[in-house]
Amino acid sequence: MSVDLPPFQWLLDQHRDDVYRFLVATVGVQEADDCFQETFMAALRAYPRLGDASNLRSWLLTIAHRKAIDSARSRARQPMAVADVPDAAAPAASEVDERLWQAVRTLPDKQRGAVLLHYVSDLAHAQVARILECSEEAARRSAHEGIKKLRQEWQP
Amino acid sequence: MTDIETALRRQVPDEEAAARAAEVVIRRAAEAGLIDVAYAAVDTPFGRMLVAVTDRGLVRVTFPETPEEAVLVGLARHLSPRILRDARRTDAVRRELDEYFEGKRRRFSVAVDWSLVHGFHRRVLDHTVRIPFGQVSTYRDLAVQAGSPLASRAAGNALATNPIPLVVPCHRVLRTGGALGGYGGGLDRKRFLLQLEGAMTATLP
Repeated sequence: MSVDLPPFQWLLDQHRDDVYRFLVATVGVQEADDCFQETFMAALRAYPRLGDASNLRSWLLTIAHRKAIDSARSRARQPMAVADVPDAAAPAASEVDERLWQAVRTLPDKQRGAVLLHYVSDLAHAQVARILECSEEAARRSAHEGIKKLRQEWQP
Repeated sequence: MTDIETALRRQVPDEEAAARAAEVVIRRAAEAGLIDVAYAAVDTPFGRMLVAVTDRGLVRVTFPETPEEAVLVGLARHLSPRILRDARRTDAVRRELDEYFEGKRRRFSVAVDWSLVHGFHRRVLDHTVRIPFGQVSTYRDLAVQAGSPLASRAAGNALATNPIPLVVPCHRVLRTGGALGGYGGGLDRKRFLLQLEGAMTATLP
C-alpha cells in the first residue's frame, strides 16, 4: 500500500526557509545555494519511492545534513583563502555572530549536526538522533559537547 | 538558556535567497526531466484558472472556484507526486488559451494527456474534442458516437467531469432540441463561450 504524498511543490514552499537556514548555518552563505540545490534535487529523485510522509521536514533536513557533510569534505580538499582577522576594536553584532558561525563550522560533523538541528532547526533530540543515526542519548550528548566547545571559542 | 543557545536560535532565515534558490531547483528539475506534472495559473475572463501538463500533454484545466489544493492532491494521487509550479512548461497552453479568449484562435494545437479519463468517458470526450469551433453537438449524438445510443445521461456525466474543459470543448454539447443543458463551469460561462464562438445567437436560450 503506497502512501499519499503531497505535491512536491508544497515541500518546497513549506520547508525551503528551514532548509536554507540550516544550510547557511552549517556550510555558510557561499555554499548554501549549492547544497540547497543538491538537497532538493536528491529529494525530488527519491520522492515517489518515499514510504512515509509523516515527517517530510525531518526527511529534508536529513538529506540537507548529508549534503552539507559532502560539501564540507570536498571543500576541505580545495585550497582556501585565509580569512581576514577581525580588528581588535569592538566588533559589530554581525561580526560577533559571524565568529560564532565560523566556530560552529569547525565542530566535528556529529556535534555540528546535533547543535544545529536542535537549536537552529528546533528538532527534538529524538528526531535529531534519527537524522544522525545514533541514540537519543548520543544526540543529546553531542549537542551538549558541541555547545561546550563553542563556549570555549566564542564570547558574545 | 545560555547566550550561545540564544545566538544560535536568533539566526534569521534569508527568505529571499531561499525563494530564489527554490526557483533554481524548479529550473534544474525541469532540465533533468524530473517534473512529472507541471502547473501554472492562467488569467482568463473567468478569473485565475489552473493548467497542468505532463510529458504527454495537457492533463487538467480547472475553473477558478476549484480549490488549487484539492486539484494538486488529486494529481499527486492519480499521476505522480513530482508536481512543481513551472510556468515555462505551461507556456504553450497558456498562450493558446489567451488567444482563444481574444478570439484569435479557433483550434487548440496542444497535445492532450487522457490519463485521467477512462472507458466510456474517454470515448465520449474523444468525440467531444472533434466538435469544431462554432459548432454544437448533443448529448444523444455523443452517446451514439461513443457506442451506447441509450446512454445520453452517462454522456452528460462524462462531460460534467471533463478534466480538460475549454480545450476539450464540452461547452459545445447541448440537449437535443437546443436547450443549454449543464456545464461544470456554470451556465453563464457556457453561454459566454458559445457566444464567443458565434455558435449562439440571441434567439437561443
